[in-house]
Amino acid sequence: MSIQNPLGHFVNGQGLWLTAVALSGVSSIMGAVNFVTTILRMRAPGMGFFRMPIFCWTALAAQSLQLIGLPALTGGAVMLLMDLTFGTSFYEPEGGGDPVLYQHFFWFYSHPAVYVIILPVFGIFSELFPVYSRKPLFGYVYVAVASFLIVGLGLVVWVHHIFPSGVAQWMRNFFMFSTMLIAVPTGVKVFAWLGTIWRGKLRLTTPMLFCLGGLFNFVFAGVTGIMLATVPVDIHVSNTYFVVGHFHYVIYGAAVMGIFAAIYHWFPKFTGRMPYEGLGKVHFLLTFVGANLNFLPMHPLGLMGMPRRVSSYDPEFAFWNVLASLGAFLLGVSIIPYLLNMLSSWVRGEKAPANPWNAIGLEWLLPSPPAEDNFGENVPTVIARPYGYGTGLPLVENQQSYEQALQEA
Amino acid sequence: MTNAPPSSVKLPAVVGLALAVGALIALSWWMGQQAYHWLPVQASTAAPLVDGLFSFETALGTFVFGGVSAVMLWVIVMHRADKYDESDAVPIEGNTKLEVIWTVIPLVIVMGIAVYAMRVGETLGSVGPMEHIHLAQPAEDQGGYPGDRLPAEQIEVVARQWSWEFRYPGAKVSSTELHLAVDQPVTFRLVSEDVIHGFYIPAFRLKQDVIPGRAINFNLTPTREGRYRLRDSQFSGTWFAANQADVVVESLDTYQQWLKQSASQPLQAGISDAVQQYEDRKKLKSPGWATVVPAPPPQVNVPGSNTLPHDA
Ligand SMILES: [Cu+2]
Repeated sequence: MSIQNPLGHFVNGQGLWLTAVALSGVSSIMGAVNFVTTILRMRAPGMGFFRMPIFCWTALAAQSLQLIGLPALTGGAVMLLMDLTFGTSFYEPEGGGDPVLYQHFFWFYSHPAVYVIILPVFGIFSELFPVYSRKPLFGYVYVAVASFLIVGLGLVVWVHHIFPSGVAQWMRNFFMFSTMLIAVPTGVKVFAWLGTIWRGKLRLTTPMLFCLGGLFNFVFAGVTGIMLATVPVDIHVSNTYFVVGHFHYVIYGAAVMGIFAAIYHWFPKFTGRMPYEGLGKVHFLLTFVGANLNFLPMHPLGLMGMPRRVSSYDPEFAFWNVLASLGAFLLGVSIIPYLLNMLSSWVRGEKAPANPWNAIGLEWLLPSPPAEDNFGENVPTVIARPYGYGTGLPLVENQQSYEQALQEA
Repeated sequence: MTNAPPSSVKLPAVVGLALAVGALIALSWWMGQQAYHWLPVQASTAAPLVDGLFSFETALGTFVFGGVSAVMLWVIVMHRADKYDESDAVPIEGNTKLEVIWTVIPLVIVMGIAVYAMRVGETLGSVGPMEHIHLAQPAEDQGGYPGDRLPAEQIEVVARQWSWEFRYPGAKVSSTELHLAVDQPVTFRLVSEDVIHGFYIPAFRLKQDVIPGRAINFNLTPTREGRYRLRDSQFSGTWFAANQADVVVESLDTYQQWLKQSASQPLQAGISDAVQQYEDRKKLKSPGWATVVPAPPPQVNVPGSNTLPHDA
C-alpha cells in the first residue's frame, strides 16, 4: 500500500481496500469475542478444559490471537486511510511520519494471522489422526498447552518479516531467537501426531490421506521457516520467491489440505450423505502432487534472487517458473473431482449413519445431519478425555442411551 | 513403547535403525553440499558466510524432514489396519519422558542455530555493518562522518519510481550502472525520492530497504569481478519488476579508469525501462488505469547497460 493516489479521485481503489480491511478487522474482532465467550461459557456439562477436544483448544488459541492482533492492523489501516484521504502524516516522512511504522502494524497482526489459520488445522490433525489410527492422541495435555505457547510466542516474532528494513541489530537477534522458540511447541505437536499414528491401525481414508499429506508439507515448511528465521539467510531471501514458497507450503500444503481433510471427515455429519472415496483419493493425489510441483520450484527461484510481487521475470528464472505454472494448473484441475464429489454425493450419495468413522466425540452421538438444537434438553455430561480410542471407556454419562436412541431413529 | 520382551526385538531392530540413521546422515551431508549450487555465484565477503549457514541449515533440515518422512512412511507401510480389521490399537496415551526429550532436543538445536546465525550476523556486521541508519546525527552536523568512509568516498544510491541512479561525489560522476572495485570495501548512502525500495544484489547476498526520509549507510565488499543484477526488492508500484540495474565489479585499475573517463562524459538520459514501458503503454488503444507516472530518466554521465548478459 502507499499514499500515492495516481487517479486523483477522493474515492479510489486503495481507499476502498483500506476501508474493507478496517471493516473486516472490526467484524473479525467481534467474531473473536463470540468464539472466545462461546468456548469459555457454553461447554457441555462435565467438559472441563482438559476434556475439551483439541480443535476447541486451537480455536480458542486462534481467536485469542485475533483479539490481540487485529486492533493493530485495523488501526494501521485507518491511519493509512487518513494519510491517503485527509492528508494526515502517520507514515509520511515530510510530516514527521515513518513508512516503516505501517510495516510494524501490518506484521504485528499478519504474522499471528498465519497461526489464526494454521492453529485450527493443528486441531483438525489432532482430531483426525486418532480416529484413523484407532489410538488416543499422544500427549493430549501437551498438545493442548502447546497451542497457547504458540499464541504467546507468535505475538513477539513479527519483526522477522522486516529484517532488511533497517531495524537495529539487537532487534534482529531478539526476533530471530523468539522465532526459533516457536519451533519447540510446534515440534511437540508434530511429534505428538507421529506418536499417535505410530503402532496404530491406520485406515487410509480420504481425510487421513489429506492429514498425512498436510503433515508432510507442514514439516517441510517448518524447515524453510527455520531458515527464514536466521537473519543472514533471511537477508538474502526475504522478499523473494523463497518466502512465497515457504508461505504456500504452510497455507496450501498444510492448511488447505487440513481443511479438505476436515470437509471429508465431517461431510457425512453436515449433509447426512457419504462422500465417494474414489473421487476423494483422486482429489488428494492431484492436490498433493500439484501443491508440491507448484510451490517447491519457488524455493530455488528465491535462492537465485527472484523478487516476489513482480509482473515479469528475467529469462534465467523461466525453468522453475514453468514447472510452478504446471503445478498451478494441476491444482486447478484437482478442484474438479472435489466439486464433482461434493455435489454428487450431497445429491445422491449413500445415506450416512450417525457415526460412519466410528469416531469419539459429542457430534457423533447425534444423527447425521443433527437436529437444529442438536441435543435439545438432553445434553450429555462429559466424563472422559476426548480421544479414548482403544480404551473402551465411554465419553459421556449414559452413553448407551444415546447410542440406543440413534439405533432406534 | 513396546511390551515385547527386549530380547525379541533387539539386534535386527537396532542394526536396522543404525543403518537408516547412517544413511540419513549421509544424505543430509550430501544435501548440505548441494545447497551451495542452488545459490548464485559468491561475489561479496558476505556470500560465503551466508551460504555456509544455509548449507548447514539444509543439512540439518534434511535430517529432520527425512526423519519425520521416514517415520510416516514406515507407519503407512507397516502399521496399516487389515482390510476388515475394525478393532482399535493399543491405547498408548502418552509418555512424559518422550515429551521432555522432544522438547529439550529441538530447543537445544534451534538455540544452537540461532547462536551460529548471530555470530554470522556479527561477522557480517564487521565486514560491512548493515545498520548505520541515521537521521541527521550530531556528529555529521559538526563535520563528522557516518559509516566508515568520508562522504566523498561514498557512493550515493538514489532509488525512485522506477530507476536507480548512482552518484560518485568524489569523482563527480553519475551513472545508471553501478561500478565497484573488486576487494575494495565500499559504503553506500541509500536514499529514496518517493516510496520504500529495496537495494538487493543476489550475488552479494545482501539487501537493505531504502526508506524515504532517511539516509541509510550500507557497507559491503565485492570479491569477484563480473556483471551482476541489482533488483528492487520492496514492491514499489506498477513498474516495480522493471526497476533493475547492472552492477559491474572490476579491478581497481579499470574502476579508476572508468571513473576518470566517465567524469568527462556530458550528462545524458540514463537507463529507465519503466519510462520506456510507460511510453509504449500510452500508445495502446486503451492504455488502462492511471498509474504513478515514472520519474524521467536521470541525467547521468554514463547510462551503461542493463541488457548485457550477467553472471547472477
Ligand atoms: Cu511471520
